[in-house]
Amino acid sequence: MKHCEYQQIDPQALSTPTPTLPPQHAVVQEEKKGETARRKWEDFPGKNRFYCDGRIIVAQQSGVLPLTLGLILVTTVLFFVFDCPFLLKHLTVFIPAIGGVLFVFVVISLLQTSFTDPGILPRATPDEAADIEKQIDNSGSSTYRPPPRTKEVMINQQVVKLKYCFTCKMFRPPRTSHCSLCDNCVERFDHHCPWVGNCVGKRNYRFFYTFIVSLSFLTVFIFGCVATHLALRAQGGRGLMFALQESPASAVELVICFFSVWSILGLSGFHTYLVASNLTTNEDIKGSWSGKSGTEDTGNPYSYNNIITNCCSVLCGPMPPSLIDRRGFMPVEESSQTVATEIELAAKNEINVCQLVLCLSVFVCMAHHHPPLGGQLSGLCSVLCWLMSKCTQGTKDLLESASRSPCPQTGKPQTVSTSCPDSIDPADPAVTFNPDVTPDPVAVPSLKCGGRHHSHTTSPPDEPRQLHHHHHHNRHHKTRSARSSSKRAALHISNPAYNVSLSPPTSPGLGPSHGTGAEEHVRDSFATLH
Amino acid sequence: EISAPWTFHNLQELRHSASLANKVFLQRDYSDGTTCRFQTKFPSELESRIERPLFEDTVKRLNIYYAEAEKMGGQSYLEGCLACATAYLIFLCMETRYEKVLKKIGRYIQEQNEKIYAPRGLLITDPIERGMRVIEISIYEDRGSSGSCSGSSSTSGSSAR
Repeated sequence: MKHCEYQQIDPQALSTPTPTLPPQHAVVQEEKKGETARRKWEDFPGKNRFYCDGRIIVAQQSGVLPLTLGLILVTTVLFFVFDCPFLLKHLTVFIPAIGGVLFVFVVISLLQTSFTDPGILPRATPDEAADIEKQIDNSGSSTYRPPPRTKEVMINQQVVKLKYCFTCKMFRPPRTSHCSLCDNCVERFDHHCPWVGNCVGKRNYRFFYTFIVSLSFLTVFIFGCVATHLALRAQGGRGLMFALQESPASAVELVICFFSVWSILGLSGFHTYLVASNLTTNEDIKGSWSGKSGTEDTGNPYSYNNIITNCCSVLCGPMPPSLIDRRGFMPVEESSQTVATEIELAAKNEINVCQLVLCLSVFVCMAHHHPPLGGQLSGLCSVLCWLMSKCTQGTKDLLESASRSPCPQTGKPQTVSTSCPDSIDPADPAVTFNPDVTPDPVAVPSLKCGGRHHSHTTSPPDEPRQLHHHHHHNRHHKTRSARSSSKRAALHISNPAYNVSLSPPTSPGLGPSHGTGAEEHVRDSFATLH
Repeated sequence: EISAPWTFHNLQELRHSASLANKVFLQRDYSDGTTCRFQTKFPSELESRIERPLFEDTVKRLNIYYAEAEKMGGQSYLEGCLACATAYLIFLCMETRYEKVLKKIGRYIQEQNEKIYAPRGLLITDPIERGMRVIEISIYEDRGSSGSCSGSSSTSGSSAR
């Protein structure tokens, strides 16, 4: 680095190499400040949401996950309530048993797929980013922002291009891709599945595969059992209509199963092919290894050229750890940056938990009561209508075919919008990082101590309007960071080595023109690093 | 090579009396695919701080540990099949082999820091803290040493070539 600085290292920052220290430090800080220490998930830069104090991670939009769960629950419950007694009596006890086992497998693997970290790569620290920038610019490029950067590596005697991720400020490892919905780089990125409400990547691909395979078995099983049930009832010349009148729920199950079995079986088959050839959906769609680019030497360099080995390595390989350390404690000076976003995040999480709980309880209630069938169907319709408002475009056809009767307008729980109100312009400055300004050794304590409730209403008397401005920007910056330019995203990353001050310590005059001024400042500071 | 005068620190002393001068990053080596390996190239900034064989030994040892964690053999397949049979619920109770090896790596790095790197004013950060992308080595300068002397040693070590 041409521009080196000598900085005071806060002793807590050194605690990161030795993993046992942070909790103790956090506890010490807790006693000092009188507030709970923040966990790392609270300042996560991507668009994920966290529940159970960081134990559960989902994508920003849960997508169609409630619908998926709902359909599975409803179909299976109807099956157990209406078809199993008949089949138990006339056939065998194994039918409910097998159905139960499959159902348990499906739900558990679905929840694991949705709530597991897919293999998110944490963003590069500013030091790393600076180091990479230096290396790139040393290799000859003269403009400030050269065209998309790539690096070539040899993998198994084949040339593979690694792309530079502008959001995460690093060269993506092989097979890693950046998911724009979650705003994260994910290792061995397969695809972002709206049905599951999460990305499918290295860590949860086996759960996803188990889910779709067991779901196809379950769907086929239920379809077969219901068909058998209706056939048995219709025996003796009484006809199908009679059977349907006696057991109308079976019609619902038949319809749901019939429409979903094709896509689910197709998906299972496709993913079985992918597993056997050690490919990801992403690579298959882009045709990375199929020679479309016209170059020779384009086999898949990751394949072991043996179906069994490929399957074993993808499905039974060692389970890699989560790299984002959601539940670790943050070093104290970092938490002061984002105290303003705490309120919003906390509120958001509470609202989402309420929604999830409400949704599930609705289904449970429906399942447990045995109301008259009309009530049940209308309940189903109302829930489906509610979900319709949250669904993506492609699933609307499925819904319309499933619910025939008109949907009554019941008093549904008001779905609180989880995203920030759209009142912020995209040119949100929120620039906080000045690498070449000698950082103020006194971190801005007033922000943290300001507390959750006061941060955007009152400000400490010595830094009145500027701080207020900053809180306002930071609060919205959290949700807009993906849409603003990538250099801003990197600046928000906290680094224990840098004692970041939220406001330039010596220039109170910036005020309203702070946005453009700070951006220029940052641009200059990046230039000086070269 | 400029041998700047540095005092011998232990890990505690490093925290209280030294200041961060520079950081060196060892990138991943992808020649073997996506398995975790780090480049063993000796960075020029460390030339004056530590002997090459010691450093290379550390990195090679780390690579061996990571290879052991990701090795696909009988035990990992057994673990995988058992996990599949229990709908992956055993991951909630059991520590995977990978996690065990990661703990071993953490202890190894701690030990190396205490014995070899801290006395030379260096500190290795566990790669897991950096998303397994880099091995970050922090170079510390004694606060008491003269600014120009240590400044020149670090700038000469890191000037573009």
